[in-house]
Amino acid sequence: MTNATPAETLTLNGAEVVLRALKEQGVEVIFGYPGGAVLPIYDALFQQNAIRHILVRHEQAAVHAAEGYARSTGKVGCVLVTSGPGATNAVTGLLDALMDSIPLVCLTGQVPTHLIGNDAFQEADTTGITRPATKHNYLVKKSADLARTVHEAFYVARSGRPGPVVIDLPKDILIAKAPYVEAATAEHRSYRPVTQPDAGAIRRAVALLKGAKRPVIYAGGGVINAGPEASHLLTELAHLTGFPVTNTLMGLGAFSSDDKQFLGMLGMHGTYEANLVMHGCDVMLNIGARFDDRVTGKLSHFSPHSKKIHADIDPSSINKNVKVDVPIVGDAGAILAAMIAAWRADETPQDKPALAAWWRIIEDWRGKDCLRYRQEGRIIKPQHAVKRLYEITRELGRETFITTEVGQHQMWAAQYFGFQKPNRWMTSGGLGTMGYGLPAAMGVQIAHADALVIDIAGEASILMNIQEMGTLAQYRLPVKVFILNNEYMGMVRQWQELLHGGRYSESYSAALPDFVKLAESFHAKGLRATDASDLDGVIREMIAHDGPVIADICVAKDENCFPMIPSGAAHNEMILGPDQEGGVAGVTDEGKVLV
Amino acid sequence: MSETLQRTATIAVLVENEAGVLARVIGLFSGRGYNIESLTVAPVDELRRLSRITIVTTGTEMIIDQIKAQLDRLVPVHKVSDLALEGPHLVRELALIKVVGRGEGRMEALRLADAFRARVVDATPESAVFEMTGSAEKIDAFCALMRPLGLAEISRTGAVAIARGARSL
Repeated sequence: MTNATPAETLTLNGAEVVLRALKEQGVEVIFGYPGGAVLPIYDALFQQNAIRHILVRHEQAAVHAAEGYARSTGKVGCVLVTSGPGATNAVTGLLDALMDSIPLVCLTGQVPTHLIGNDAFQEADTTGITRPATKHNYLVKKSADLARTVHEAFYVARSGRPGPVVIDLPKDILIAKAPYVEAATAEHRSYRPVTQPDAGAIRRAVALLKGAKRPVIYAGGGVINAGPEASHLLTELAHLTGFPVTNTLMGLGAFSSDDKQFLGMLGMHGTYEANLVMHGCDVMLNIGARFDDRVTGKLSHFSPHSKKIHADIDPSSINKNVKVDVPIVGDAGAILAAMIAAWRADETPQDKPALAAWWRIIEDWRGKDCLRYRQEGRIIKPQHAVKRLYEITRELGRETFITTEVGQHQMWAAQYFGFQKPNRWMTSGGLGTMGYGLPAAMGVQIAHADALVIDIAGEASILMNIQEMGTLAQYRLPVKVFILNNEYMGMVRQWQELLHGGRYSESYSAALPDFVKLAESFHAKGLRATDASDLDGVIREMIAHDGPVIADICVAKDENCFPMIPSGAAHNEMILGPDQEGGVAGVTDEGKVLV
Repeated sequence: MSETLQRTATIAVLVENEAGVLARVIGLFSGRGYNIESLTVAPVDELRRLSRITIVTTGTEMIIDQIKAQLDRLVPVHKVSDLALEGPHLVRELALIKVVGRGEGRMEALRLADAFRARVVDATPESAVFEMTGSAEKIDAFCALMRPLGLAEISRTGAVAIARGARSL
């Protein structure tokens, strides 16, 4: 094995080979936490300047930070953790990235190869544990495979439907001399995802779209993953066709919230007009979304009268939950470009009068103004807090990135904060990981040093990774944590109110810290708003401060997130607000089973 | 109604012969709640770089399509083939069947084995081991006949399958 390798390339040890491969792959930042098994990599990091290491306070946060970095830049995020607990702590982040299709490479330390299987100190079966939480994983057992494996991991992470890849690195492999090889130019032996769509499928799709009387474009995170050009193409297709557009939670920003063709987000807490358009349409173009249960509601009643076109990079997403009429496998950008060209080439006229009639119906639904709320008196409504945050950031005109935790605040952020561009919105959609927002915001701020990065949080979620305030302080990352503090795990409380007879079992956030003092103890600025008249001042002070801030916004405690499609209900059975809660009484046990 | 109609599928999967690949396939089935009726695996090329996995599973058409798509997106998977959909194919299974007994029962077992073209691969005055290849149904039928005659133990491989004619995976 070694005699095939020129002697001079064996001057590097395994750890140095890993770093050189990362550099070749364009890695500029690693989020990580040291430990025994990865000390050789930390030693190599110490002796170079090309790659910056960001020391987090918990390995889960390293993965979320890399997700924030990846989602806001379109690059592959990179993580470095030690063996055993380092790797197991990373698992939540890995699965989060898998569910949301975020490209990551996570290096995990491992005990030396001769100790594997011996229950050695800090040993875990990392490839076994992470197999269902990653797109792919590797255990490197031979020095000769090391460089090639790192290159292949990056290829797998970013190709096709992106996702997290783990490389498990035994310590002896990191210490032994290893040959360096450059990234292969040859095709991967087995993994070659289809990116260019089938021309026949495009023609059938365009024929359906041309004949549509009540169309809708339903666009998801796949458009964002396909790069900013795909968002431009989506906008071009929408303007060319005049069709209404709705985005999933993952797709927000793929189509501008300012556009008059935008219906808002769809799904469980989507807008009235978006969900009724989905229910009533005759042709649906799903591009880069996966008919998630949060979007479809009751499957048997989902968009019952439509022909469905489903464009996805992952063939296994097609016909998984919803049977579709025209499947198209490929990259969202390539598919949109092909559709635009085919639409222009197809001389069949559009049914313009039908489309105009459809828009009149939609305008009627819009007239319900389903996101309206009344900000009266001194108690701050959480919706109002998000709305003012949005309005003030827009007025200031700074490049703004939003991350969230998970729960009511996340839905209010999705509903009331508008996004005009892709890659500006980072939220845990698939896995729904509380504790995501603060570390993700760190990763975003590392990638965009001068941007305004705000984590819209809840008081319960933020405590799940609050230790990362230390990372903000160490690297002087001016992340703003905007807590909608209602002293409840709000979404749990809402479900208990609506579905479990108001028995608020364990959902009260008791014994909360004083977030202002907490911020100060982490060398950050702490602010609080308790009165509606304080809100704007606190928001402006938060943004103006050149450093990390926690703004504790004390909001109404019992506010619910509406509109809402109750569990097991269809799109046309949504509840618009508190005046209409009678609808919830009818939720069956079958519905309650759904999360 | 076809959405609830179940069928049995024999799926051939060509994979990289690397550590963990079988765990990936099995984990996919258990994690997503698919059935495995049988699974066989062995390397099939000279360099032992490729293995062929044959999986027999049941499900609705939608589920079987899902299984194939999920298998196909595993990184070390080269090809996935649903043999029944792609034309005529052969399915065979190997079984070793031990029957313990003396006297008339033993004679009857040997006679039936002959009729079923099972080979006697081991024998003692009080036992016999039969080797049999064939369809699962044929092996089932033979085992059922052996039961009253002293059937003691069965070892079966599960199905292996290949397309008829010149086509190959």
